[in-house]
Amino acid sequence: MIAEAGLAALWLAFSLALLQFGLAVAGNRLGDLKTLVAPVAVAQGILTLFAFAMLIWLFVRTDLSVQLVAANSHSAKPFIYRFSGAWGNHEGSMLLWVTVLSAAGALLALFERRLPERSLRATLGAQALLALGFFGFLLIASNPFTRLNPAPPQGQGLNPLLQDPGLAFHPPTLYLGYVGLSIAFSLAVGALITREVGPAMARAMRPWVLGAWVLLTVGIVAGSYWAYYELGWGGWWFWDPVENASLMPWLAATALLHSINVLAARGSLRAWTVMLAVVAFSMSMIGTFLVRSGILTSVHSFAVDPTRGGFILGLLIFYTGGALLLFALRIASVREGARFDPVSREGALVANNLILSVILGTVFVGTLYPVAVEAVSGEKISVGPPYFNAVTGPLVLILAALLFIGPLLRWRRDTRPNLRRIAVPALVTLVAFALTFVAPEMNMLPRLGLAFAAGLIAASVLPLVGRDLRRTPLTIWGMVVSHLGIAVAMIGAASDASLTRETLAAARIGDVLTVGPWQVRFNGVDPVAGPNWTAIEGHLVATRGDTAIRMDPQSRYFSSPPTETNEAAIATRLDGQLYTVIGRREGDRWQLRLWWKPMVTFIWLGGALIALGGLLALIGRLRRERGRPLVAEARA
Amino acid sequence: MSLAPKHQRLVLVLLAVAALIGAVMLAMWGLSDRAAYFRTPQDVAAGRAEVGVPLRLGGMVEKGSIQRMPDGVSVAFVLTDGVGRVPVTFTGIVPDLFKENSGAIAEGELGRDGTFAATNILAKHDERYMPPQMGNQAAEMMTRETVK
Repeated sequence: MIAEAGLAALWLAFSLALLQFGLAVAGNRLGDLKTLVAPVAVAQGILTLFAFAMLIWLFVRTDLSVQLVAANSHSAKPFIYRFSGAWGNHEGSMLLWVTVLSAAGALLALFERRLPERSLRATLGAQALLALGFFGFLLIASNPFTRLNPAPPQGQGLNPLLQDPGLAFHPPTLYLGYVGLSIAFSLAVGALITREVGPAMARAMRPWVLGAWVLLTVGIVAGSYWAYYELGWGGWWFWDPVENASLMPWLAATALLHSINVLAARGSLRAWTVMLAVVAFSMSMIGTFLVRSGILTSVHSFAVDPTRGGFILGLLIFYTGGALLLFALRIASVREGARFDPVSREGALVANNLILSVILGTVFVGTLYPVAVEAVSGEKISVGPPYFNAVTGPLVLILAALLFIGPLLRWRRDTRPNLRRIAVPALVTLVAFALTFVAPEMNMLPRLGLAFAAGLIAASVLPLVGRDLRRTPLTIWGMVVSHLGIAVAMIGAASDASLTRETLAAARIGDVLTVGPWQVRFNGVDPVAGPNWTAIEGHLVATRGDTAIRMDPQSRYFSSPPTETNEAAIATRLDGQLYTVIGRREGDRWQLRLWWKPMVTFIWLGGALIALGGLLALIGRLRRERGRPLVAEARA
Repeated sequence: MSLAPKHQRLVLVLLAVAALIGAVMLAMWGLSDRAAYFRTPQDVAAGRAEVGVPLRLGGMVEKGSIQRMPDGVSVAFVLTDGVGRVPVTFTGIVPDLFKENSGAIAEGELGRDGTFAATNILAKHDERYMPPQMGNQAAEMMTRETVK
């Protein structure tokens, strides 16, 4: 009955989305009925949440009469993975996607009191139209509640790589971010329809973009750390198409976050901000399409399941194309924004947006190029780190340099940019650059990365100089912390790229290996067992000076489904991480792979700071704008 | 210098277009020599694989061809697709599911002597996610797709 209740709730939510869209379109002709749009949106959100709760319940109970559960779960799995297994598969993750889409619409309907009523209605109509497409996809091509008759005696299990506490909450976080951007999309569409593109739209949009951006950042950072410790390859970003699929919406959202501020504060960049809002959510949909269609693997596998890939591609073209068409039709009616000088805060933010757009463009081309080449010529190619690092690395440096000056400029025009202040980060950069030559073997890009990061640390706190810190608004703190986070992450990335030491050897018991400043002694192996796996566990003792650390990397074997994984043992120190992996047995020797990665933790620490800055800004905005009616301003 | 409003919008649009064109040109420049082509042993036998450029070689690990080197961390084996046979060398920890008669992809470069020096070996992780075409680069991609 649980599965049937979930399915019924989905169909009901689908009908409510249809009603919501109809009410929004009919609008004024309905008289008072039009006020029903918001309550319907709330009801639709609740029903979808209910359906998702039913799916989780089925997974927790391991109800094998449901096809999806039988294919992806196993009763021997620990509770948390039975729980997270609900979204560790195609159908479940699409239901999660729709749930977030629908719940976001409900939240907007409940809490948005600042937009003109007409705009809010149009926005909810757009959100309902988005939901309709994805409900349709779920109900027609990806029904998570399909029954299996007869029920198998045992499920097939969850991919062991997914059985990790960090990963259990990685997809929901990313999805909240992806789909949170749908509100920005709908607000942009609503404002275009009602010709209300202006600061009020930007202010309504800003908390959503900030929130989605924070969650995307957290999701990406968590995913990166997961790949780092779980895959046992010692890398933290592989430029894998699936990673790029999450990076592209993040880049667009980052640009949007900055242009929204220009629109909210100065009324400029109207058309550009609307365009970015459309692009940001389109990138979310492209990401979903890339990951869910199977097209990334090969154009051929597209034909294996044409319904799913084709369906999402259809939705993508319909929504993005529709929004762009609306943009083209209405753009003439969008008023010219307030003007500004090239040397001004606005000018710097335009430069920021242009560079972010170029990075987005190159990542987009690099990610889709193999698909296009295979579709046209049948030739299979792969585009990996050599391309992405070479192309995006220098652009990131330019972006960092822009941060030296941008936050210090005044709005509208800055006749005398404060050169003395800019001299500080510039000097720090030069000194740091000179200092990097203590490590003569470094490549130029990491060397410059470290230098610019050092300068950026100085530059990012400059906006605080001369302010009363207790009275500094949270939004300024947010900016400072995020920009500082970029510097910290750059240090980690540059250091990992250039200063990592690696030792690979087959060791006998008692052997001592050297990696960087560490001596690692191999003390043997033992068999160990977990709830649904068995493993060989290596025993290592790493010493540096007076410090000695026990490290026990494992090579795990899962029986359902039959898979082996490497569990790296990682020792974290203030100045970096020692990363150890045990491989296979060679006679009386065992393969050991050891890395010393100086300052590698800065990558995720920086990522966390970036997200924290976003969170501070979000809290600051919500506090400042709570209860402030924007309707009057929108009319002005 | 101050820009008239109409003028300003025009300048911004032109900047955006220039950025877009710049991005595409930059990407094309980057792709021109950094994209790795997928080749099969058959391609290598027919001389359709360039020497000294990044390639991905996909095939089956030939039965009985895996040789472990005395250093304990190097391995030599032969990738085949039934038509061509290419010897491959690799130093490192091979993936868990790397074994005889199983699909694998070697990333690296083809040497002048016809030996493929791999810098990375990808093996399929899981039976369930193997795509229909054997030796497709999809094998490893599918796995990564399902784990993320």
